[in-house]
Amino acid sequence: MVTLKKSLNLLAVILFAITPVFSFAQQSVETAVDVTSKTDAVAIEEEHVAVEKTQADKVAEFIDHHLKDDYSFIFFADEAEGKKYGFSLPVILIDNGLKVFMSSEFDHGNKLVEKDGQTYRLYHSKIYKTDAEGTISYDEKGHPSNEKPLDFSITKNVASLFFTTILLFVMFLGLARTYKNGPNNLPKGFARVLEPLVLYVRDEMAIPNIGVKKYRKFMPYLLTVFFLIFLLNLLGLTPLGFNVTGSISVTACLAIFTFFITQFNGNKDHWLHIFWMPGIPWPMKIFLAPIEILGAIIKPFSLMVRLFANITAGHSVVMGLIAVAFLYQQSLGVGGSVGISFVLSTFLVVLEVLIAFLQAFIFTMLSSLFIGMAVQEHEEH
Amino acid sequence: MEKLINDFSFGLFFWQFIILVVLIFVLGKFAWKPIVNALEAREEGIADALAAAENAKREMANLKTDNERLLKEARAERDAMIKEAREIKEALIAEAKEEAQAQGEKMISQAKAAIEGEKQAALNVLKNQVSSLSIEIAEKLIKDQLENKEAQTKLVEKMLEEVKLN
Repeated sequence: MVTLKKSLNLLAVILFAITPVFSFAQQSVETAVDVTSKTDAVAIEEEHVAVEKTQADKVAEFIDHHLKDDYSFIFFADEAEGKKYGFSLPVILIDNGLKVFMSSEFDHGNKLVEKDGQTYRLYHSKIYKTDAEGTISYDEKGHPSNEKPLDFSITKNVASLFFTTILLFVMFLGLARTYKNGPNNLPKGFARVLEPLVLYVRDEMAIPNIGVKKYRKFMPYLLTVFFLIFLLNLLGLTPLGFNVTGSISVTACLAIFTFFITQFNGNKDHWLHIFWMPGIPWPMKIFLAPIEILGAIIKPFSLMVRLFANITAGHSVVMGLIAVAFLYQQSLGVGGSVGISFVLSTFLVVLEVLIAFLQAFIFTMLSSLFIGMAVQEHEEH
Repeated sequence: MEKLINDFSFGLFFWQFIILVVLIFVLGKFAWKPIVNALEAREEGIADALAAAENAKREMANLKTDNERLLKEARAERDAMIKEAREIKEALIAEAKEEAQAQGEKMISQAKAAIEGEKQAALNVLKNQVSSLSIEIAEKLIKDQLENKEAQTKLVEKMLEEVKLN
């Protein structure tokens, strides 16, 4: 009886986990057929599809689209006219040589781009190599099996990253300049907010976790990561449409940095604890080594997923609550739905500001903790 | 998990990597280093200033007790000096008195001795005069006697009267 219940639970979990993949696949087949049949006159077709979709589907699609990277910045879209307002970004492909063109040539996926005899198609926010008609073929799971070119485009997230980088430079080179006239020259204006944050990173994360002797070496990394994540999280809450920390590539890069900094700075004790745990009988040592190696990899992996999942979830929920204003207009009336949406999303955005700080804090805190564990001097067991 | 792998974009990863490296190095060199150093220098400065203030306070306290001690000593010294001066004064007065007395006595005795001497001298002169006078009288008497008895008597009487007058 118990096993039956267990297996039923397992089945339910698996079904639940697979659902998004299925719906995603179905949707893609549907639209793919539309586009492939008439590549040039897509505009009419699009309108046709739009009528068929319910409003809830559109919202889901919009949120899904927001969470993904894009090749252009879109601030406002006019659905009735099929126009999108924003600016396009450069696409950089490495595929038999460097190919650079503006993403506006794709016209948001409605047009094929042909460069040096190779046709490219923007399909679900990704660029695929296709034949001259733009055919997309699928594997058995419903994913496009077309070859992808090496893509170094300045996408929305990359542009956001550049923007944030410039902001960070302006903020902290400015703060550094105030100390040129001596350390007792206190910062003025906005820099006053930054100084306590720098102190916070140093006194609450670096020094307690790494120790007074060694923390200085890791301050550049910890401060950079803290302020980069914090600023990206905060900018993600603005209507600019940033979702940089909610993309797995970015969090993966950050986590890999923490991983390598931890491993490269690990002392003899650190490696001894991983491969040959001292103070226990030798059969256990053999048993523990794989676990410890796995642990060293899981630590940065958890960093990556935690940041990604938190920000993605935050963005989805905020956008979903904003969508309430449109979805419940019939049952609640315009005032009621807008009011509820406003109250709920305001509450959630306030919560998100807290989470923006919290996630930056947790990432930096855990990074310093991992580094601290790797560099600390162990006492003899 | 599959969706995560599907969403992974190597281009974005590449750019994030470049940006992160640039950020760490540029900010590390031009921002974090001066900021962290300045904060540390400031904290050290504050700690030093506090320690200096503490020292100054302690020194002030020391100085105060020193001052009090010095004052007390000075006061005692002054008292002692006053006392000494008074003693010296009294001693001087007493000495002067004694000396004056001794001097006076000495002078008195000297004067006495001088008076005595003078008296003796005067007596001697008187004796000589008396003796010469007596001799003179005797001479005259004898001379008169030799001339006239009456006259002699008179003369003696007269002479005697003269002596009485003397």
